[in-house]
Amino acid sequence: MSGLTQSQSAQSNGHPTVDPTRVPYRVFTDPELYAREQEVLFRGPTWNYLCLEAELRNPGDFRANFVGETPVFITRDAKGELHALVNRCAHRGAMVCREVRGNRKTMVCPYHQWSYDLNGALRGVPFRRGINGRGGYAADFKLSEHSLTPLKVATYRGLVFGTFSDSVAPLPEYLGPGMCEHLDTIFNRPVTVLGFSRQLIKGNWKVYAENTKDPYHGSLLHMFHATFGSYRSSQDGGMVVEGFNSKMIALRAEEAQEVSVYTKESVQSFSKTLKLADPSLLASRPEFDRFTTTIQFIFPTLVIQQISNTLATRQIVPRGVDRFELLVTYFGYEDDDPELRNMRIKQSNLIGPAGLIALEDGYAVELVQRAVSYDSHATSYIELGGRGIENQDSLVTETAIRGFWKGYGELMGLRWGASADGHNGTARAN
Amino acid sequence: MDTTELRAQIEDLIDAYVDCLDSDRLEEWPDFFTERCIYKVIPYENATLGMPIPLMYGDSRGMLRDRIVAHRNANFFAPHLYRHLVSHIRIVGRENGAISTRANYAVFRTMLDPSDYGRSELFSVGVYQDVIVFEDGKPRFKEKIVVVDTSQVPTLLVTPL
Repeated sequence: MSGLTQSQSAQSNGHPTVDPTRVPYRVFTDPELYAREQEVLFRGPTWNYLCLEAELRNPGDFRANFVGETPVFITRDAKGELHALVNRCAHRGAMVCREVRGNRKTMVCPYHQWSYDLNGALRGVPFRRGINGRGGYAADFKLSEHSLTPLKVATYRGLVFGTFSDSVAPLPEYLGPGMCEHLDTIFNRPVTVLGFSRQLIKGNWKVYAENTKDPYHGSLLHMFHATFGSYRSSQDGGMVVEGFNSKMIALRAEEAQEVSVYTKESVQSFSKTLKLADPSLLASRPEFDRFTTTIQFIFPTLVIQQISNTLATRQIVPRGVDRFELLVTYFGYEDDDPELRNMRIKQSNLIGPAGLIALEDGYAVELVQRAVSYDSHATSYIELGGRGIENQDSLVTETAIRGFWKGYGELMGLRWGASADGHNGTARAN
Repeated sequence: MDTTELRAQIEDLIDAYVDCLDSDRLEEWPDFFTERCIYKVIPYENATLGMPIPLMYGDSRGMLRDRIVAHRNANFFAPHLYRHLVSHIRIVGRENGAISTRANYAVFRTMLDPSDYGRSELFSVGVYQDVIVFEDGKPRFKEKIVVVDTSQVPTLLVTPL
């Protein structure tokens, strides 16, 4: 079960080419694979989250970001149209956009002051004809041949995505109907950005991707609610899996029912004695019908979180094979009343880098990365809730993780596992 | 109270506060605050954008206690030590007995887990924006806003700054 190799035709013979229940740890540690991801995956047929439209309200607004490790920036031009551009001067490669966000009429590369419109078109270059007839560019130099490299941009419900691919499916199709339905719910009216958080976590970006598609750990790694007997979301819920995209839904439950789950299973650290001194921390208002927590994952690096009244997008930004930045954008609705807005702010105690029910994720990722780096031939064991990839009415399942690995393996043209070639898992190149 | 004496009291308060955190006497930490208070850790990024989302937030001593109870009983994280360096303490305002102060801080974090035992790094640097009041002659933080220049948190933040 240890091999992992590239395949010229990932779907050859109609047999599955990856075993999503046994993933070789090499996927987390191999620098060559990481380099290939940049090309095949991030610059391949995927839609990558760039920002919220709410961050670019006005003409001239821009925002720097990354697609994989490729630096990009997103602009709203004078006509109100959105553009995403590789943040690299067409001249000699310097980074053109040098601020995280701001408002400008043009982007000027500081190195030689090549100046670009917000749609990436080159406006002008200094000393184009040289000085006093000497030097400069040849007569056939055309500004139009030296634009910034554009990405294709599409938006869905105020979420801005970009792709380098001409062949990727249109955005709604890429997202899938179930994912769109959920985005329709969360982004049902105009949102406003309430802040950001950033974390540098020393693990491969896919360890975190697994974490966000894993409802099993939710109440076991994050013991805050169990410790204080303050459970609001339950083990009751389910997973919706659409290819490598997915969403986790936790339903509201009675507190008593929750507590019984913990006492019966004697899960570590449930305590009847500890109580919150100030329960106003958990004051909340139901916003979304029956569910209290939803975590949606859009391949490759977007997570949309709704935990009680906290709303956020989380973007996984790879920073090398063994680290990533987690960039969280918190939002509320424009029409939030002050009480609800304050709930969102207070509840942000629960999530993010210092989140009382979230901070463990960074730790868990690093525990995995450290333990897998010395033995990349070993594999994980992902059979919770069976071996299939389908919707499940349970949160005690790893169905969405299997969906991720199947999609990832196929997109990357990888083969691993027993089914790859019938040689006890030692996959070979075609 | 003259300025010299006031400065001495404020410095003593900050010294005691830092000592409490650095020597892992976290249970005493909420007592540095008034019953109704604001303790807020906010990234520089949000503070400069005028955006409200904090990393940590508490508006009562009870809520600060809850964070410590969670720290001791609920949260999983790599064990570590803090060492605060606080400097450039200045009084920026006095109004109705409330003293507004600013101070620069840096926190070095030393890991105590098997993988990184004894490794230290600059964990967080920023500014304390405090409002200090005297209750029965004892100075306490009515407000402590920690503006964290290190907006990119290394792994996680669980121990207060």
